[in-house]
Amino acid sequence: MKRVYAKEEICAGCRLCEVWCVVAHSKSGDIVKAFNSEFPRPLPRVMVEEAGPFSFALQCRHCMEPPCIEACMTGAMFRDGAEGPVLHDPEQCVGCWMCVMVCPYGAIARDVTIKKIASKCDLCQGEEEPSCVAHCPNEALVFEDRG
Amino acid sequence: MKYVIIGNSAAAVGCVEGIRKYDSDGEILLVSKEPYATYSRPLISYYLAGQVDARHMGYRPASFYKTHRVTTLLGSEAVGLDTKDKSVRLSDGRTVAYDKLLIATGGVPFVPPIEGSDAEGVMTFTTWDDAKRLKRLVPRLKKVVILGGGLIGIKAMEGLQAHGTDITVVELMDRILGLVLDKTATSFLERKLKEEGVHLVKETTIKKIHKDNAGRAVGVTLENGRELATDQVIIAIGVRPNIGLVKDSPVETNRGIVVDYFMRTSEADVYAAGDVAEADDILHHEPRVIPILPNAYKQGKVAGSSMTGNEIEYPGGMVMNSVEVGGIPAISAGIMNPPDDEGYEVKRLIDRKNGVYRKMVIRDNRLVGFILIGAIDRAGIYTGLIREGVNISPFKNHLTDLDFGVICFPKDLRTYKISNVYM
Ligand SMILES: Cc1cc2nc3c(=O)[nH]c(=O)nc-3n(C[C@H](O)[C@H](O)[C@H](O)COP(=O)(O)OP(=O)(O)OC[C@H]3O[C@@H](n4cnc5c(N)ncnc54)[C@H](O)[C@@H]3O)c2cc1C
Ligand code: SF4
Ligand code: SF4
Repeated sequence: MKRVYAKEEICAGCRLCEVWCVVAHSKSGDIVKAFNSEFPRPLPRVMVEEAGPFSFALQCRHCMEPPCIEACMTGAMFRDGAEGPVLHDPEQCVGCWMCVMVCPYGAIARDVTIKKIASKCDLCQGEEEPSCVAHCPNEALVFEDRG
Repeated sequence: MKYVIIGNSAAAVGCVEGIRKYDSDGEILLVSKEPYATYSRPLISYYLAGQVDARHMGYRPASFYKTHRVTTLLGSEAVGLDTKDKSVRLSDGRTVAYDKLLIATGGVPFVPPIEGSDAEGVMTFTTWDDAKRLKRLVPRLKKVVILGGGLIGIKAMEGLQAHGTDITVVELMDRILGLVLDKTATSFLERKLKEEGVHLVKETTIKKIHKDNAGRAVGVTLENGRELATDQVIIAIGVRPNIGLVKDSPVETNRGIVVDYFMRTSEADVYAAGDVAEADDILHHEPRVIPILPNAYKQGKVAGSSMTGNEIEYPGGMVMNSVEVGGIPAISAGIMNPPDDEGYEVKRLIDRKNGVYRKMVIRDNRLVGFILIGAIDRAGIYTGLIREGVNISPFKNHLTDLDFGVICFPKDLRTYKISNVYM
C-alpha cells in the first residue's frame, strides 16, 4: 500500500505539514477558522522531529502487523481491509493508551480536549494524497508504495 | 477442516483472525461459558464507573462472527477433553469433535483461604457479570474493602470512585501496583489517591471476614490487628491460569498450559493461548504466564495461523501496562525493579513539581525496562527498543529526555526506520 515517507536531507523543519494536518482534520477545512475559532481543534497527526540541523516529519507507518491493533483493548484500532490503512474509531476508544505504550514510532498522540481519545494519521481518507504531502513546500514528503 | 475454539475473549478473537487470514473455508466453532458476544474484559471497570455503556463493551463489532464465518455456542462450558478421540465434552452432555483445538479459557481469580470468605458480600472482579452485579449493589454500599492493590484491584477502585463509595485498599506489598511500578512511581499515585479520599492500608492482608446473623459480610480483621467495617469485600489479588479443562487430560501444564513458539501444547492438534498459557518471555528467556491483553491477542493470532499450517513464530511477550490513577497516566514495561547486584544500569528523571518521573533500566547496553509517570507520550518507542534489542549506547544519555524520539537514533537506524515498512 502507499505510505508517506520523509526525506530527511531536504526537510527544513518548517512544520507546515503539522499545520495542514490540523486543517485537513478540522470541521471547516479552513486554515483561519481551524486555528482561530473551531473547538475542538484537532491535534496534528504528523510530528516534526528536530535535533540541531536535522529534522523530519513522522506519522503512523501503517505497520504490516500493527502493535497498536494487537494491544488495543476495545477494538477501536483496526485495519481497513486486508491491505488497507490502520484506522481508529474515536467512538469506541476510551483513551487507555495501550496503543501509545506499543507504537514503536511514537506516532499516536493523546487527545484529551473533550474525552480521552487516541489520535493518529489516517492517510487523509478520501483524498488523492495526504494533506501533509500535498502541502510540503520542499517536497520533503512523498506518498508511495514501497511494499 | 474443523477448528474448535474454547473461549471468546482476546486470545480467541486473535485465533479467529489468524485462521481467517489463511483459511477462508474451514469451519470454526467457538464455545464460551459467558453468554455474551466477545467483550473487552478491561472495560468492565469503565462499565462499573458508567463511562462505557453496554453498546460499547464489544471487543469486536457485532458483525464479527458473521464476517469471519464463526459458529458460536455461547453460554456453554467445556468440561472435558479427549485428545485420543479428538473431542471436547460440554456441560450439557454434548460433545464436539475437532481437527484442531484452541484452549483460550483465560484466567480465574485467585481467592486465598480466608476465614469467612464464603459470606454474602464477598466477590471477585474479573467478568462483565461481576461488574453488573457490583453496579446494582453500589447505591447501597457504604464502605468497600478491596483486597489487592494490583492492576485489577486498582481498576475496581476506579470504577467505584465514580460512585463516591468509601474505599479501603488492603495491599500486602509496601506500595500499590507493586509488580508494574517502583516505589517512587507509586508515591506519585498514592499521594493523589489520598487526596481523593481513598484509604490505603499496606503491608498487611485480611485475616478474617466477619458475618452478621444473615451471613452477610460486615467487617474484616487484618493481619496487623486492625478492624475495618465494610459491607462489600472485593478480592482482587490476581488471576491464575484457568487450566481446569485439561486437568484430567495428558496436556502438559506447569503454572499454565505449556506451549511452544507456535502455541502448540504437548498434545497433537491442541493449541493454547492467552492468560491460560505459559509462553516465552523475551526478557527472562523462559516461559511465563503474562496475563495481559496484547499478549493474549498475539498468542491467539499465532495459534490461529499455526492451526492452518502457516507456522508463524510467537515473538515472545513481556510485562507491560498502561494505567491512569487519579488522572495521572503511567506506562511501564519489561524489568522495572532490577535486582541491585546483577549489572543493571538505571537512568532516572524525577520532576515532582511537574508530576514527571521517567526511569530506564539497561542491561548490556540494551534497554530492558522503563517506567513513565506523567509524561508518557511516545512510550512505544521504548517498548520497541526493548523488543528489538537495539544497542542504546549511542543515545543512552538522552533516554529519559522529555523530547526523546526517533531523531535520537543513530542515522542508519533512523533512516532505516522511517524509510521502510515496519514488520
Ligand atoms: C478488571 C480487569 C482489567 C484489566 N485491564 C487490563 C489492561 O488494562 N491491560 C491489559 O493488557 N490487560 C488487562 N486485563 C487483563 C486482560 O483482560 C486479559 O489479559 C485478557 O482478557 C486475556 O484474554 P484471554 O482471551 O486469554 O482470556 P479471558 O479474557 O480470561 O477469557 C476467557 C474466555 O474463556 C471462556 N471460558 C473460560 N472457561 C471456559 C470453559 N471451561 N468453557 C468455555 N468457555 C470458557 C470465558 O467465558 C472467556 O470468554 C484486565 C483484566 C481485568 C479483569
Ligand atoms: S500507530 Fe504505530 S503501531 Fe500502529 S500502525 Fe501506525 S506506526 Fe504502526
Ligand atoms: S487509547 Fe483507544 S485506540 Fe488506543 S488502545 Fe486504548 S481504546 Fe484502543
